Amino acid sequence: MDSINPILLIASLMVASTPILLAALGEMVVEKSGVLNLGVEGMMITGAVVGFAIGVNTGSSSLGFVVAALAGAGLSMVFAIITQLLLSNQVATGLGLTLFGLGLSSLIGKPYVGIKAPGFAKLDIPLLSDIPVLGPILFRHDPMVYLSLLMVALVWYLLTYTRAGLVLRAVGENHAAAHALGYKVVRVRFMAIAFGGAMAGLGGAYVSLVRVPQWVEGMTAGAGWIALAIVVFASWRPWRILLGAYLFGGINVLQLNLQAAGSTIPVEYLSMSPYLVTILVLVIISVRGNHGAPGSLSRVFHASH
Amino acid sequence: MSDAYLAIEGLTKAYPGVVANDDVSFSIEPGQVHALLGENGAGKSTLVKMIYGLVKPDAGRMTVNGAPYEPADPHAARAAGVAMVFQHFSLFDALDVAENIALGMDDPPPMRELSQRITDVSEAYGLPLDPSRRVGDLSAGERQRVEIIRCLLQNPKLLIMDEPTSVLTPQEVEILFKTLNTLAAEGTAILYISHKLEEIRALCDHATVLRLGKVVAECNPREKTARELAEMMVGQTLHTPTRDYSEPGEVLLEVSDLSLTPANEFGTRLREVSFELRAGEVLGIAGVAGNGQDELLAALSGERTTAPGTITLKGQPIGRLGPNARRAAGLLAAPEERLGHAAAPGMSLTENALLTGEVREKLTSSGFVAWQKARSFAARVIEAFDVRTPGTETAAGALSGGNLQKFVIGREILQRPDVFVVNQPTWGVDASAAAAIRQAILDLSASGAGVVCISQDLDELMEVSDRITALTEGRLAPPRPAKGITIEAIGLMMGGAHDMDVAHPEEVHA
Repeated sequence: MDSINPILLIASLMVASTPILLAALGEMVVEKSGVLNLGVEGMMITGAVVGFAIGVNTGSSSLGFVVAALAGAGLSMVFAIITQLLLSNQVATGLGLTLFGLGLSSLIGKPYVGIKAPGFAKLDIPLLSDIPVLGPILFRHDPMVYLSLLMVALVWYLLTYTRAGLVLRAVGENHAAAHALGYKVVRVRFMAIAFGGAMAGLGGAYVSLVRVPQWVEGMTAGAGWIALAIVVFASWRPWRILLGAYLFGGINVLQLNLQAAGSTIPVEYLSMSPYLVTILVLVIISVRGNHGAPGSLSRVFHASH
Repeated sequence: MSDAYLAIEGLTKAYPGVVANDDVSFSIEPGQVHALLGENGAGKSTLVKMIYGLVKPDAGRMTVNGAPYEPADPHAARAAGVAMVFQHFSLFDALDVAENIALGMDDPPPMRELSQRITDVSEAYGLPLDPSRRVGDLSAGERQRVEIIRCLLQNPKLLIMDEPTSVLTPQEVEILFKTLNTLAAEGTAILYISHKLEEIRALCDHATVLRLGKVVAECNPREKTARELAEMMVGQTLHTPTRDYSEPGEVLLEVSDLSLTPANEFGTRLREVSFELRAGEVLGIAGVAGNGQDELLAALSGERTTAPGTITLKGQPIGRLGPNARRAAGLLAAPEERLGHAAAPGMSLTENALLTGEVREKLTSSGFVAWQKARSFAARVIEAFDVRTPGTETAAGALSGGNLQKFVIGREILQRPDVFVVNQPTWGVDASAAAAIRQAILDLSASGAGVVCISQDLDELMEVSDRITALTEGRLAPPRPAKGITIEAIGLMMGGAHDMDVAHPEEVHA
């Protein structure tokens, strides 16, 4: 009870980081296309409640994840229509989306308060999971943890080596030039926003179905904002997103463990530490300059003749 | 004509409130270098956008090799053999050269093969380019090479060039022309848009002149003088700026050993810039954009402050003073970027007049804006500089480039500066507005003020300057008297062509 087990710490770090990792990865793709969607928190919490409701009603967490992704993508389409077709300000619309998602989720979630999630089986990979130390850390997780890691590799590969990724980066870097060369800026951004929404929805569902696992109002507790910060921290690079997410997840798990271990530092300081570190890291990154931000980020695109 | 590559008949395109193209017809033959002439707003851009599939015509038809040609988008245009080099480069700073080129192709080969082809073509046309470099780090001339090679890789039958030389040194222009002549000799048709009439006379064998959306003349530019061409564009006789040479007076502005680190990663470092500016004198500073012009203007206007002694105005050190303090002391500036730097696009002309005129024209009193005075100041600028606008309450962004430029320059000149610093006074401004602006600069210096005129347009500098110097990679060459100087001499001061050599036509199809 009073000492921290490093193996369990690292294993739970991976679980704690997965929601942020998923959401941040999605948001990075959105920002790479030149769109700043501040509605990550709203899409996450919506994914959390929808995933939980479907999971409880059908008894299948997998189905819950699928529907949560669809719900996140659906909500993001509201943002896409308002910002890409009606050309509204992205910052204001994104903030609105977050507030809307928080309200909507507590409405949907009312009947589900206090119910336990159906559970999500872990993939106990035979042989590998029996390796001492590494086994419990790496090979006894649920499929979503592996999916999130796979997505990091996939996004990295697509952005770096495929034409679709090149077009996405081009649209985010200079939308006027991309348009002049005949690329469909708005269409590319719609797809990126939908992907970001789906990933945020998955991240949210992971909180309610696996990490907690029950529905509590406002349970994402700022994870969406942390995800946004991590995109900047990572300079818009997929592998650094992984690093950033695990770093922040690690601090979070560590402070929980310190609390449980009866640390003398007041609990409030420990719980604010991940957020303080976020602010600190962002300040340090900003001092170095705005490296890697897509050139057209959050600028309104209008194909004038 | 049946042997034309591209024929245009009766092309019409209207936007709300303005007919951009009205019944435009002409044709281009293979191997022809065809100039498209016209003032700003004459409809040149709309016309080439229709040819390139970015805009759909309301009426009229186009044919390519006799077959109907209706490109739905640029992909279709490229498939038909039409390629375009844009006025404002359509490049992506954060991507490398090969990626930029791949984006402009419909069916790019794998990256390694593409890099090899880029190297081959760039060597064949004497336009050296490293495929793996980041475009944000390239010079303007190199960036244009990226665009040209992107077009050449697709073996275009028609190459459209929109204002290609505005950012090049004279030596780079020469190499570009050799490349274009090589292409024309191979049978590529070239549609060439430029404000620079001497260039058109040197390069093109046919010209179509547009005025207010209509074709008003077709001619062989080699048989016309630049003045005749300009008058065809404007539709009236041109007024040439007049000047009296006078002995310069005492030193007004002295800059010594001014060094400045750039404000952002794509900026240029100023290195030990020193010069003197005397009363009644225009000092012309030549140089291709991106060689420190913006930084020099910022340091002189007070947007960036420096050590006190590096800049002295009438004997007073002003290096530490901000823009308003320098305005009060008599130094005014007009930066290059009209929208967003020299003027706030969403604000009215009155508000824009207030922004820089507040101090010297006393447009505020105890913290309150004197709107009546501000409005009448704006009205005076509009009146004196023939700014065509519905009124003083029109948003700055709604004015055409030339009119806004006249307003921005007039706003400073009417404040009777002792020293006036201007960057690109006539960039993208049509011939008659440009002549008016140059005349205003000459009149200002004749009245005893000193003017620093930073420009890429060498003809302009030779017209207005008393002494000329050049800014290259943040270093200023020693100023020389403008009288009797040649374009070549200025080109040499600018550092000439960087690692460009002449095209080798025989190697093209190797």
